[in-house]
Amino acid sequence: MALYNNHSGKSAAKYTRNAVIIIVLVLFAMATLFPIYFMIISSFGDPVEAASMSYSLFPGKITFESYKFFFEYSKYSLRWLGNSTLVATAVMVSNVFFASLAGYAFSKLRFRGRNALFTLLLVAMMIPYQVTQVPLYILIVNIFEIQNTYSALILPGLVTVYNIFLAKQFMGSIPTEILECAKIEGCNQFQIYFRIVLPLSKTVLAVMAILTFMDSWNTFFWPFLVTNTMDMQTIQVGLKNFRFANTTYFAPMMAGATISALPMFILFFSLQKYFLKGVTVGAVKG
Amino acid sequence: MTQLAKPIKRRRIKGDGAWGYAFIAVALVIFAMFTAYPVVSAFIISFQKYKPLGSTFVGFDNYIVTFKDALFWKSVVNTVVYTLLTVPVGLFISFAVAIMILPLRKKLQTTFKAVYYLPAVASGVALSVVWLWIYDPLPSGIFNQLLNFFGISNQNWLGSSATAMFSLVLMAWLSSHGTSIIIYLAALLGIDDSYYEAAELDGASFMKKLWYIVIPCLKPTTLFLLVTGVIGSFQVFQNAYLMTGGGPDNATTMVGLLIFNNAFKYFEFGKAAAQSLILAAIIAGIALAQFKFLGNDVEY
Repeated sequence: MALYNNHSGKSAAKYTRNAVIIIVLVLFAMATLFPIYFMIISSFGDPVEAASMSYSLFPGKITFESYKFFFEYSKYSLRWLGNSTLVATAVMVSNVFFASLAGYAFSKLRFRGRNALFTLLLVAMMIPYQVTQVPLYILIVNIFEIQNTYSALILPGLVTVYNIFLAKQFMGSIPTEILECAKIEGCNQFQIYFRIVLPLSKTVLAVMAILTFMDSWNTFFWPFLVTNTMDMQTIQVGLKNFRFANTTYFAPMMAGATISALPMFILFFSLQKYFLKGVTVGAVKG
Repeated sequence: MTQLAKPIKRRRIKGDGAWGYAFIAVALVIFAMFTAYPVVSAFIISFQKYKPLGSTFVGFDNYIVTFKDALFWKSVVNTVVYTLLTVPVGLFISFAVAIMILPLRKKLQTTFKAVYYLPAVASGVALSVVWLWIYDPLPSGIFNQLLNFFGISNQNWLGSSATAMFSLVLMAWLSSHGTSIIIYLAALLGIDDSYYEAAELDGASFMKKLWYIVIPCLKPTTLFLLVTGVIGSFQVFQNAYLMTGGGPDNATTMVGLLIFNNAFKYFEFGKAAAQSLILAAIIAGIALAQFKFLGNDVEY
């Protein structure tokens, strides 16, 4: 009993229906995955200029020369990956800690101005980032004068409102009785947060960590704006520079794109459950 | 007893209050410095001609110039066209796919969800680099080869103003539906079976059930996806920036890109700030209108 008829007794009809559905879904999946497939397959080609080659959907041969070409383009290529990892890790750790702390305070502690402050945060979430982009740039570059440093890359992302919201939503469902018991046993609020709330919120913290890391890894414009030497750039900015410097080198460009995307693919396939949960956690119980 | 308990309770609440402020302190400082201050600052800058040493106050000049600027209106139209083409069609595709995934076994559901979500994991820069080659204008370009197969001649996909916008839209259709498919599927699984059972007793067909049960039940989800989709789409310009640069002949210049160019190409910070605030106002207006016209019978 559901949306679809059960076709009870007529298993042939059911199989045909499912077969048709799966064929349609697979065709659409192929269209979705095609760019990624094309990227990976092409990255194994020779690093020659595009004019002297034709695209092929099946690898004639597999060579890592194009990857070598990409890494030899700049002596900082490897450092780009390191920079991206460093920035994404710092932003992730700080978000998980500070956003969960604030989320706990907003959901379970009573203090004057709590609701007003939280409403302010929610309203701020609606503001398009173009509004803050210019003043933020002026603040970092002209006032703090920290452009081209790790601080400039990390500081503005230390805690995002979205993560505070996520933590608050989840922690609101922890029974208050448990926290009161701990208090009677003599825990102070930090101990309650650290010993009880954090362990109970593992799932949402994992989701938060993964999504924050991914966003930070994939972000392009901010690092592009505040870095001006190659040694401080992230992999996304580096890939963009490579593209403009080598407009005709097809296979090495695909190798670069693969390098920038592969860490996220690996993360996705090993932690798929949390990624998929992350999509609905902020939306369904919104 | 009550007399004894009271002061203890009061002290406890007072103590918690201090903890509360301590816990939100860092978050609040970061928010004040990197979100609240920039918003206030954007208002101030929008009334100035910005110079690093001593800006000059120019009143509403930046706004007036913007409203008289044909390019600004063109970019608004481009953004609206892009949004109308990507968001509703994207939602329809996602809805159809979610309906098709629904009767499959759990394992297959997860596989398809993962497959459709995969492009969302790849970086925008990587995807734009790949699509740039897919749209290669030479006859050997992948997309041209595909269309030649169907008898359509070569196009200069990103280089001609007739097709550049369509190229960006097609890319959005094929790489940004993962999230909404998963959200739709979660909502579909949340519809109570008793509705279908009642409908079946009345002899309702599949299409009837879809129309009278599924679509009304998913209205809050659709509204959520529509509002967030439109808000997101109005800010999008990364693909336009990386793939067409807004060209040819500004056919793909979105508001977001125009603001970016004014700020970081021409360093007209005042104009960019004014335009970004106009954009914020447009977005707020659209979001409110959507809630008003579509959300009147949606409960939260």
